[in-house]
Amino acid sequence: MDENLQNVSLKYFGIGKVIPFLKKYRSQIAVMLICGLATGLVDTILPLFGRYALNHYVAERTLDTLPSYICIYVIAIVFSAVNNYYSCTLATRIEVWLDRDMRNKAFEHLQTLSFSYFNQNSVGYIHARLISDTGRIGTLFSWTLIDGVWHLTYLVGAVTVMLIINAKLAFLVIAIMPLIILFFSIFQKKLVEVNRSVREINSRITGNFNEGITGAKTIKALVIEDKIAEDFQKDTSEMKKRSVHAARIRGAFAVTMNLASSLAVALLLWRGGYIAASEVGTFSMFMSYAEGIMEPIRWIIDIISDFITTQVNIERYSRLVETVPDVVDTPEVIEKYGNSFEPKKENWEAIKGDIEFRDVDFMYPDGDEYVLKNFDLKIPFGSNVAVVGETGAGKSTIVNLICRFFEPTRGTLLIDGRDARERSQLWLHSAIGYVLQTPHLFSGTIRDNLKYGNPDATEEQISAALKLVSADRIINRLDKGLDSDVGEGGDLLSTGEKQLISFARAIIADPRILILDEATASVDTLTEQQIQNAIDKVIAGRTSIVIAHRLSTVRNADIILVVKDGKIIERGKHKDLIKAGGYYSRLYTRQYEDEATDSVFADTRS
Amino acid sequence: MMENKSERIKHNNVSGQSSAALIWRFLKGSRLLFALSIISATVSSFADMIGPQIIRAAVDNAIGGREAQYSKPVMEFVNRFGGFEYLGRHLWIMALALLAVALIRTAMQYVFRVSNTAATETLVKTMRDSLFSHIERLPYSWHMKNHTGDIIQRCTSDLDTLRNFVSEQLTNVLRIVILLIFAVVFMLRMDVRLTLIAMIPVPVIIAYSLVFHGKIGKGFLECDENEGILSTMAQENLTGVRVVRAFGRERFERDRFEAQNDYYTGKWAKLAAVMSFYWSSQDILSGLEVMLVVVFGAVYCIRGRMTAGEYIAFISYNSMLVWPIRMLGRMISEMSKAGVSVDRINYIMSSEEEKDYVGSAKPPMDADIVFDHVSFAYEGCPEILHDISFRMKAGSTLGILGGTGSGKSTLMLLLDKMYELPENCGTISIGGLDIRDIDTGWLRSNIGMVLQEPFLFSRSLRDNLAIRSGQADSELIREAADAACLDDTIQSFTKGYDTFVGERGVTLSGGQKQRAAIARMLTKKTPIMIFDDSLSAVDTETDARIRRSLESRFGSASIILISHRITTLSKADMILVLDDGRIVEQGTHEKLCRAGGIYQRINEIQASSRESA
Repeated sequence: MDENLQNVSLKYFGIGKVIPFLKKYRSQIAVMLICGLATGLVDTILPLFGRYALNHYVAERTLDTLPSYICIYVIAIVFSAVNNYYSCTLATRIEVWLDRDMRNKAFEHLQTLSFSYFNQNSVGYIHARLISDTGRIGTLFSWTLIDGVWHLTYLVGAVTVMLIINAKLAFLVIAIMPLIILFFSIFQKKLVEVNRSVREINSRITGNFNEGITGAKTIKALVIEDKIAEDFQKDTSEMKKRSVHAARIRGAFAVTMNLASSLAVALLLWRGGYIAASEVGTFSMFMSYAEGIMEPIRWIIDIISDFITTQVNIERYSRLVETVPDVVDTPEVIEKYGNSFEPKKENWEAIKGDIEFRDVDFMYPDGDEYVLKNFDLKIPFGSNVAVVGETGAGKSTIVNLICRFFEPTRGTLLIDGRDARERSQLWLHSAIGYVLQTPHLFSGTIRDNLKYGNPDATEEQISAALKLVSADRIINRLDKGLDSDVGEGGDLLSTGEKQLISFARAIIADPRILILDEATASVDTLTEQQIQNAIDKVIAGRTSIVIAHRLSTVRNADIILVVKDGKIIERGKHKDLIKAGGYYSRLYTRQYEDEATDSVFADTRS
Repeated sequence: MMENKSERIKHNNVSGQSSAALIWRFLKGSRLLFALSIISATVSSFADMIGPQIIRAAVDNAIGGREAQYSKPVMEFVNRFGGFEYLGRHLWIMALALLAVALIRTAMQYVFRVSNTAATETLVKTMRDSLFSHIERLPYSWHMKNHTGDIIQRCTSDLDTLRNFVSEQLTNVLRIVILLIFAVVFMLRMDVRLTLIAMIPVPVIIAYSLVFHGKIGKGFLECDENEGILSTMAQENLTGVRVVRAFGRERFERDRFEAQNDYYTGKWAKLAAVMSFYWSSQDILSGLEVMLVVVFGAVYCIRGRMTAGEYIAFISYNSMLVWPIRMLGRMISEMSKAGVSVDRINYIMSSEEEKDYVGSAKPPMDADIVFDHVSFAYEGCPEILHDISFRMKAGSTLGILGGTGSGKSTLMLLLDKMYELPENCGTISIGGLDIRDIDTGWLRSNIGMVLQEPFLFSRSLRDNLAIRSGQADSELIREAADAACLDDTIQSFTKGYDTFVGERGVTLSGGQKQRAAIARMLTKKTPIMIFDDSLSAVDTETDARIRRSLESRFGSASIILISHRITTLSKADMILVLDDGRIVEQGTHEKLCRAGGIYQRINEIQASSRESA
């Protein structure tokens, strides 16, 4: 996780990168800081009230000024509380506002980033940049800031008050401070180190849990329960060892701080105990400061290290928002067709659906080998292209290029006879329908999902589409019909149901070009049949590119592209490829056997 | 989602032991350490009380010029050092005493921290270890029934909640109560009336905090939920990036995210004011409490009820209490959350482990396998196997052909005792002995089974292959990999056998995974081997090569092959055709090819496609 961020060193802790976000809230930040300052000041002078009580009332045996004393005391308490109210409220708000603004910016930017970014960074990684890093940065510029102001005020205030009242005693307390600072900064480094080592092993244990639970069936079949549990216990023992080690260091750290306070108090008693009876209050006040002053020192050191650690978050976040997309529309294109967020649909030409690759070379931005070389392919409107190959062979390349998720390294992709780069990405995308292998639904109702590709779809269009792919029975089964919730990622529906819904979604969008990533997942025979029917209906009357597993799609395809190790090794019609007896025919035979078996069994049953 | 919730509640009600008993059990091994941490906390709290007394004596004797009155033993102790008068003139002794007490106090604090962590970590280790090994021993059916994500959450975040409850909340509440008792006792001994005055606001502060945190809980929950929605939205947008782009819905996605982000932020902004109001009002309450003590203390000093030293000591004690008391309410209200987590962990711990490892017999396993009138149904499902009977000779090869859902995998799971065959449902025997009487560990370690969907562990390929035999002997591993036609593939990786598999390493293709699972099984010779559709993702030639190498190296083993592929099955000594849970045909390839049934038809179709290819 901490890849190559060990040696991040942004200027001024990377604050510069955050300033644009802070600008919007500068007045709120100013008010927050002023209120924090005020609270800190009042908290600094509170011990003076005790001093006055002892030096004046107790020593002189009088209560003469008591009413006004109480008045001022109460005012100070209330004043501090009111300021505290504003600074805390503002700190929380600034924190969440900064979060919001940074997340919005990153999210919008993510919508424009190229697929190479998504291929190189896992969803978990990007998600953490978007959600956690922003949170840490928000906290730094609100709570950490206000804490810093409060503690600094207290520290400076207390030292000032002490120096004014009794310089000699003040030096006794101040003398301890450099010692403490030195000591703490040594501890601080060690603390960061041990905390990291504990976190590391802890996440390893979480991973072990994950594996032990997901792999439980395999573990049983291999009879390695004891071995796996033993390995697990090795990690938990290590965790215990490291945690106790960390506790020793942390404990020593805290104890030293307490001891330093006591040392200051003892010094005060030794050297300051001889002062006059009328100055007992001063003595007592110094004791409060001696005890109170250590905490701010510790905090200030903590805050500095917060700034240093949050640098990493700032760096990661800014790297995300500063990533430049590989595929960008030219200014002229944007001028005419609009960008992804503000399209100028009035200038859009109707799309027909002819696709042509003309002498295309292609290499993935993170690859080191051309996967396409001098590639030519004409896909006239209405034809059906099948891409076949093993799992992980790189079947998506053609689709990635047609969708302009990547641009050709050399050569051109033509849509309706014109270079694709002459029109905007959104123009092309609005004409594409996409059905994924693992159907992707969004949280929300079935209706939300169906209308995803075409927000203006009418009820008639929806029900027609559902009927076409025989998904209407799913809707009828559900209590709330179209308004039923599909759950996170559509998990309340079965895989087969999700697939049918995603077919219906593609039909409702009524695209000219349809991309279909067929499922390999095993579904029951009835669903399988329904999906097959749905595919046949969906691809009729459109240009379709199918990453194919089903034989019927492959057999009837106008062109089959056979992919192995990322490259297209064979192409042609089914009959010709079988006749050639190459890789395709072997692949086909294997799949055919499975399907033939199942179909014979299905026949005997019906 | 509703379904999931009700299911969870149902699960939680199944409890073999009470939650308190569970915690007590987990505490085994850490109880003494916790006791030590409580004792050290008590001693350090007591030492906390001594410092102000020394100051008090110093102030009263040296500065105030008045002899402080203490109980007899204390006076005797002081007199041994020359009495207060002498000490008053030699304040360095007092200062040293103060330091000595501070040393004891901080030493005890250190002991407390370390022993408390040691206790907590022992507890966490016990919880994790017992959860983990318990989960591994839960029956196959349990793993099929429960969602992986849910179980992982119980083992991680619920466990954390429980740990916090025991190590932070419980000990801190205890510490605060001890401190409170000591302080009140010391204060009472100095002045009863002032103590009462100081204590008046305390119940108010605690009650206010309890009520507030009980109420605000809902607000936090709402914020958490909305953050969850936002996080899911981002997650779905990222995983569905192809759909978003291909449908050209970037703008919709952005607007939706911003709307939810605004809503969530608004909730927090509102909550911010409520929380700050609470904090500030608590500030006022505790500020006034301190003022009360300062003012009344001064009045009592003037009236001669109190000395200046007592007054200072009193204020010290009082200030020690202010923060802990404010914390107390929050801690108590947060403690209630732990209850839910304990129940959720208890659901796992009280699920019954496999009844196994009790079956005692350990017969030789290179014997005939007999299924005798076996019928089986999964819990709450219609019967899936009907009256299955067959005999498989030791050392022979059995082929099973069947459609999806015909029950062939179930057959193998029963043989491996992954599911217990109920009484009256027939018997499965090996060498004439009912497998119900055979030690499960023995049985499984003598059956090498490759599951349909292979699972590899996130370790190096070498460690994956060696996981069963425990020996990373490279010869043995290479031999197994070679038999599974995987050696060449592995050699082609830059790191060879040290290639890391899984999330942080290479992604193997389906066929490579299957072959790795086969190699893993082959590292240990077993008299019975089962290949449950394990060659489906490799091509016909590799399939044939693997079978040939099996035959030459493991000829004496009983081998069961499940496949769709006639060529895979054709060499078997006997082939069963399974349809809808029944054996519909049975015999050798040659016999079945002329039987005019399903097998013949499938064979003809597959043969014709091979020829045309």
